[in-house]
Order: sequence, then structure tokens, then C-alpha cells
Amino acid sequence: MAKVVVVTSGKGGVGKTTSTAALGAALAQHGQNVVVVDFDVGLRNLDLVMGAERRVVYDLINVTQGIAKLPQALIRDKRLERLALLPASQTRDKDALTEEGVSRVINSLKQMFDWVICDSPAGIERGATLAMRFADTAIIVTNPEVSSVRDSDRIIGILDAKTVKAERGERVDKHLLISRYDPARAARGEMLSIEDVLEILSTPLLGIIPESEEVLRASNLGSPVTFNNPSSAPARAYLDAARRLMGEEVEMTIPTEKQGFLGKLFGRRAA
Amino acid sequence: MTSVANPRQSPRFVCRSYMAVALAPEPPLVDWIADIEQKIRDTGSFLVGPPVVLDLSSVKLSKSAIAHLVAQLEQRGVRVMGVENVDPSQMDTALPPLLRSTKRESADVSVPAPKARETQREKQQQVRETRSAPATLLLDKPVRSGQSIYFPDGDVTVLGSVGSGAELVAGGSIHVYGTLRGRAMAGSNGNARARIFCTKIEAELLAIDGHYLTADLMDMALRDRPVQAWLEGSALKISALD
Ligand SMILES: Nc1ncnc2c1ncn2[C@@H]1O[C@H](COP(=O)(O)OP(=O)(O)OP(=O)(O)O)[C@@H](O)[C@H]1O
Ligand SMILES: [Mg+2]
Repeated sequence: MAKVVVVTSGKGGVGKTTSTAALGAALAQHGQNVVVVDFDVGLRNLDLVMGAERRVVYDLINVTQGIAKLPQALIRDKRLERLALLPASQTRDKDALTEEGVSRVINSLKQMFDWVICDSPAGIERGATLAMRFADTAIIVTNPEVSSVRDSDRIIGILDAKTVKAERGERVDKHLLISRYDPARAARGEMLSIEDVLEILSTPLLGIIPESEEVLRASNLGSPVTFNNPSSAPARAYLDAARRLMGEEVEMTIPTEKQGFLGKLFGRRAA
Repeated sequence: MTSVANPRQSPRFVCRSYMAVALAPEPPLVDWIADIEQKIRDTGSFLVGPPVVLDLSSVKLSKSAIAHLVAQLEQRGVRVMGVENVDPSQMDTALPPLLRSTKRESADVSVPAPKARETQREKQQQVRETRSAPATLLLDKPVRSGQSIYFPDGDVTVLGSVGSGAELVAGGSIHVYGTLRGRAMAGSNGNARARIFCTKIEAELLAIDGHYLTADLMDMALRDRPVQAWLEGSALKISALD
């Protein structure tokens, strides 16, 4: 059974798009068939982070409106065939999305892939509620700071109220992904600790992604960080998180660059 | 056969209840307005923004006096959406509409004095009502930021935390088995004996029967500890439970 996952946060700029790309790529690296769907209509980003911006012809809205067929709009990843992108429109706004249209597209995608991962726009308006509407699972991306955590709390409440699953009396599976975590700053008390975040949000932890220049480097190259540098700290964190999403038990660690460097050495030697 | 292309549905009338803050002015009005002004200054936006209903039961005002009072409040940013407990003859269309609250008169009175004329049937009914009265709303998951729980009929118990920016309003007491970070307003129907309990307090605002305390005014030594809050006269008191 295909799983529909929404990557959401409430607050903007916390790493939703980065995480959608990296987790989508990581799941594909683990052998899964994955499509990542950009719901950020008007401000699309996912095509850039995935390095597919020059290949966009049709988009999500064209498909919901019946202007294009789904296979025409899907962009297969050049590095990994199992991974595909359904881009958003940059020229339209979120009102062009209808619930009925989104429902049809998601249902078709479920026939074609194991995972449908929806990159939500920030906020709690129509775009965000439509992105989560048909989700089985939600990944709530949070930075370890109070405003991000409070917005996540708000989004969790909305997930429990406005999704189809919630309306049926079922529960959306919720996972917390703490992103841009800086152990040194946390130790100095400049950031909330992992324990604080978990205590406030009482939601199971999917992973901790460290703050890292590798992320920016990868997105400038149009390559999810797990492709670009699989042994870097953020890539290992995303690869582990993807395995947890698949139901595997993986010990929770906060990967650091130092280990990443070692990992890279060993990786080279093995190759 | 003809068919109507787009049959218009007759409008639906839906009744809904909304939450509002009730203010009960007391004579002398000048002092009362000064008090309100002070409270707005102390507590920021608590009264500014949410709809406010004026309960005029303790004052006897003429039409023009009501209009003056409403204007005075609006000048201070308090929007009056309605008035209650006023003689309808003192109302006109220029004033906010007259509301009838669903608050039962007995809510303020702990032991209602039995009336001699009461029939047996009425007595039975009263007994039945007192039996069904202890209503409790049990919430078995956290109350998240932005959620508002409104339960005028009795106690609210939360198994979990109440997020920053969340709001609980209960006619009775409030029990939070978790961290209370948002707002809790107990005794909202005029029940001064209601209390608030929580296993850890980081609340933004506590109120009992309309008497409130914002986070700024709470004793820092109590932060993060299990506490209860109750009313002593018009002062909201908080003490540790551990
Ligand atoms: N782990 C990380 N380390 C360093 N920088 C990061 C990390 N994760 C994300 N960023 C950077 O933060 C910025 C915002 O990330 P991203 O676009 O993924 O956020 P978003 O939540 O999708 O934003 P929006 O709400 O605007 O859609 C980007 O510049 C990205 O490169
Ligand atoms: Mg984004």
C-alpha cells in the first residue's frame, strides 16, 4: 500500500523542502519507488533542490485541471529512476488548487509509487491544508527554537482536525524531524534542547538533522544532500530517518561532521 | 417537462454559540472605567480584540449613559458586541444588540433556597438536574497551540499538555496532567470556587471567574512546578502542590 506523507511545519524556512528532497532521495536509495510533490504553488523550490528546474513542462495544477496527463508532468530523476518529481506551478496561486483535483492526483500517484511525499508551503492556509489533506503520515519539521516549536504545535492540532483521516476518526501518523540542530549552540543554551522540543510537542522523533554547510552546497548543485555527499552528517541523518520511516529500528544519534569525515575516508577506501 | 436549471436553496439558519468576554460595570462608573483602563495597560491585549459583552445587571443606566459607556470602551480598544441584563426599553438600534445569556441563574448560588410554592414535580426536576450537573470534559491528548476548548458546563481535564497559544475555558475547574503553557480560564460562568490545577506551570494567563493573572505577574519560583490556583476574594492565588 502506498503511503502519502506530508512534510509540514507551519513556520517558513525551517527545512521542509530540503527534507522532502533528502528523504525522498534517501527512500529511493533504500530501494523504494518515490514521488515528491511540490505543493508550494507560486513559490516552487523543490524542482531547484532536485536539480530538475530545466525539465519542467507541466505541473501539478495542469494535471488537476486536466490540461496535462500525470505521466507528462512527472519528471524522473536522472540519477535514480525510482525517484520522480511532480513540480508546482510558479505562475499560479494556491487558489488554483481544488480539493477534488488534488484528491484525484494523489490517488493516481498511489497506484504508481510506494511513497507520495508532499512538500507543504509554510503557513496554515489553503495550500498547507490541501498538502496535508490526504496524508497518512506527517513529518513535522521543527527548528530548536520557540517560535518554530509553537508553530509545529499548531500544525499538529490542525493535522488532528483537518485531514481526511482525522475526519474519519482515524489518526495521522506523526513524526518529528528536528532540523538545523547545532550541538554547540544547544550546549551553550542558545537553542532549545532536543528534550525540551520533545517534551513540548510530545510527538515521536524521526531524526535530528544537524546544521551543515553541506545542505546549502547540495541545494546549490541541485542535488539532494543524500545524493551529493552520502557520508556527510546531514545525509547520514536523512538516510537513517528514511529507514525509520520504513519501519526499521535505527538507533537515534546526532551525526557530526567529524564522523562524516571519517566515514568519507572509509567510504573511499572501500571503493 | 421543464426543469429548473439552478434551483435556489432556501437559506439555512444555523444557531451557533460564540465565546465572548463578559464585563460587568459597577458604580461608580468613572472608577470602573479607570480600572479597566489600568487592566488593559497591565495585561496588554487581553480585553482588546476579543468580543466583549457588557453585563449591566449591577448598574441602572439610561439609554444615553449606555451609549456613553460603550463609546468610552471603544475608545480604549474594547469592542462591545452586545449588552445583557438591561431593560429592553433602554435599548435602541444605535446600541449593540441585547443578548440573553444561557447562564443559569443558579450558577452563582451554591445552595438555592427552596421556595414554598414549589410543586413536587419541580422538586424532582431540580434533584435530577443536580444529579446530571457534574459534567466533565476529558481530553486524552494534548491541546495544541491555536486550539480553543470551551466547556461552560463543568470541569475540563486534560491528559497531556496545553500548548503555548492554546486556550481552555471551563465553567468549572481545570485539571491539566501535563504542562500548562497556554491560557486557562476556570469558573467562566461566574463560579468563584472553581480552581485550576496542573502538574507543571508555564501558563500565559490564568483566570477564575474573570479575575486573571498574566505570566508577568506570576511568581517565578513557581514556574515548572505543580500548582493550584484559586480565588481569594478578587485575588487569584497560586501555590505549589509539591
Ligand atoms: N540542516 C541544514 N543546515 C543548514 N542549512 C539548512 C539546513 N536545512 C535547511 N537549510 C537551509 O535553510 C533554508 C530554508 O530551507 P528550505 O527551503 O528547505 O525551508 P522550507 O521550510 O521549505 O521553506 P519555505 O517555508 O519557504 O518553503 C535554505 O537556504 C536551506 O538551504
Ligand atoms: Mg519550501
